[in-house]
Amino acid sequence: MATKVSPPKGGFNFDNFTRNAMLMDKGMKPPKYTKTGTTICGCLFKDGLVLGADTRATEGPIVADKNCEKIHYLAPNMYCCGAGTAADCDHTTKLLESKLELHRLQTGRKSRVATALTMLKQMLFKYQGQLGTALILGGFDVEGPHLYTIYPHGSTDKLPYVTMGSGSLAAMAIFESRWKKDMELEDAMELVKEAIYAGVFNDLGSGSNVDLCVIKKDSVDYRRGYSQPNTRGTKEQTYKFPRGTTAVLTSDIRQFVDVLDGDAMDTS
Amino acid sequence: MSIMDYNGSAIIAMKGKNCVAIAADRRFGVQAMTLATNFQKIFPITDHLYLGLPGLATDVQTLHERFRMKVNMYHLREEREITPSTFASLVASTLYERRFGSYFAEPLIAGLEKDGTPYICSMDLIGCVTTPGDFVVAGTASNQLYGMAESLYEPNLEPEDLFETISQVLLNAVDRDAISGWGGIVHVITLDKVITRTLKGRMD
Amino acid sequence: MTIVHAHQVSAAPVQTLMERRFSPYTENGGTTLAVAGEDFCVIAGDTRQSEGYHINSRYAPKVYQLSNGAVLATGGMYADGLTLVKRLEQRLEWYFHQHEKTMGIGALAQMLSIMLYNKRFFPYYVWNTLGGLDEEGKGCVFSYDPVGNYEKHHWNCSGSAGHLIQPFLDNQVGHKHQPKAQAGLLSFDHVVRLVKDAFTGATERDIYTGDYLEIFIVRAGGITKEKIDLKKD
Repeated sequence: MATKVSPPKGGFNFDNFTRNAMLMDKGMKPPKYTKTGTTICGCLFKDGLVLGADTRATEGPIVADKNCEKIHYLAPNMYCCGAGTAADCDHTTKLLESKLELHRLQTGRKSRVATALTMLKQMLFKYQGQLGTALILGGFDVEGPHLYTIYPHGSTDKLPYVTMGSGSLAAMAIFESRWKKDMELEDAMELVKEAIYAGVFNDLGSGSNVDLCVIKKDSVDYRRGYSQPNTRGTKEQTYKFPRGTTAVLTSDIRQFVDVLDGDAMDTS
Repeated sequence: MSIMDYNGSAIIAMKGKNCVAIAADRRFGVQAMTLATNFQKIFPITDHLYLGLPGLATDVQTLHERFRMKVNMYHLREEREITPSTFASLVASTLYERRFGSYFAEPLIAGLEKDGTPYICSMDLIGCVTTPGDFVVAGTASNQLYGMAESLYEPNLEPEDLFETISQVLLNAVDRDAISGWGGIVHVITLDKVITRTLKGRMD
Repeated sequence: MTIVHAHQVSAAPVQTLMERRFSPYTENGGTTLAVAGEDFCVIAGDTRQSEGYHINSRYAPKVYQLSNGAVLATGGMYADGLTLVKRLEQRLEWYFHQHEKTMGIGALAQMLSIMLYNKRFFPYYVWNTLGGLDEEGKGCVFSYDPVGNYEKHHWNCSGSAGHLIQPFLDNQVGHKHQPKAQAGLLSFDHVVRLVKDAFTGATERDIYTGDYLEIFIVRAGGITKEKIDLKKD
């Protein structure tokens, strides 16, 4: 009998859960996930809001990605910074992105920040903090600019300036001392850059570059690599090896060839 | 001990000039006991796309079978070859589907896009994709591989030079990890050919 | 005797077992390495001192010049390293006055091992690397575990990025897996270049390594010191 292959139904799969729980019971340490470590922040200014993020991803004490993207696209007028377990941040925001797209097609209206916020917090609350995502949600809709933080358990804050991640205290120190109401765009971008710098240089979980995203009434300016204070210096010498250095046991070359002559397949 | 360190493995992929290379050790063991020295950890997906699976050996083989099925289904449905970036999304969502009961493998993908652009990426065991411009590593010798690759790697190497660099990175890294090594295998992928070589390494 | 359980309501003060735990150890990160040459020895270490995700100091040197021919690099817990170096310096001073000569590196290496093993059951949480010139003026390196097990090498790296740098030294200093390479000893300039590249590479990937790199060069003429910048993120 042929096995019927059914398309995936969506949602999480728990097939391996019992096996993995058994391994944990036997004293196996749980494996390490890639974390974003992270300093992320955002603040309101005169005409909208600025989001900022560093670009380091860590796996324990090792840098897994020196230039990762932590400001995720949600909708044309909405972006979201993620901190915590990197896979959770990536996939939760991807899921929300498609949900919002479908919602827009269904309603024919621009997405509202409150919609995204409610969908996110309900999802995170449903998973009881098991999805390790700490988010900063920023967007501009018919109601004006909005800036929210969302914690892994689903609670939310609405504030004029926010920070998240392991470098959040360093970044918040900058905001607390220098943020003012109704700042100019350039000042706000400079302030967010300084806040991320504080995390990059003082928190070991954050590092590399600064990404910014400016969201105004009818425009978004995503500045990937806005500031790069940590470029790698040049090496003292080259480490190119002469060909034939490595001892080889067997060698096999698979050559691909284009068949040029012969008749074309008869498909009449 | 973590279950990721049960069988031992070391895999690395690197970008070169119009080529990519992916290399792995060949040991299969159970903790400190070596059982085989011809274990396959890199799997061809298409002519120009290879998948490296370091981690728990049982999951390595299960995942390989699952991806083989999924890629075959894709080829039947779409009537075209899967591209590296599409395959990466397929792997990532397969892993994230099991967020709360994962497979213990951290896949590496190396391949060429249709126009010959090199593509490499790595993932953690629940499907967080990282796509750097130089190299990716995974396995029990990942720290050693990071240190070697960070010092030895340089961009735009020709296929034969890339082979030397990736081989030296692999061989020296696994000698400082007790549960990987016992020989190595390297695939250098270019548009018109794939060079596969097995390396002479320490067998202790 | 009546047994009063913690959850029972009682008029008298309830006695339950209380336990307080204090850990006397901490890990302050950082990386050290040493490479021996024909007539020189290079000992280097970064200067970042950290705890968890926090940087305590960007310049807290953990490589110490002990005598005219010996440099000690310490890693692990910074406070234990300081204390150990203080005791070592005291012992070297006594030795000098008693014998009217400075202690040779072989004796120093043995003494360090004994001092570490003396605290076998409350060890100094320090991974030491000792480098210098021996009686014949040849470079030598000794590496230790916290309880005094030690070994003589030509090159060694330990600390938070030890796993990253050690295979690189095997390859570039020891010419491992390069059967056609000449296995001659490296020139002094070459070693310093390798050390710099080893640390800039490790700084890229290890979050506990960074800020500054201090390189000590031991030669017959004396010891020179070089300080270079590493990344600060």
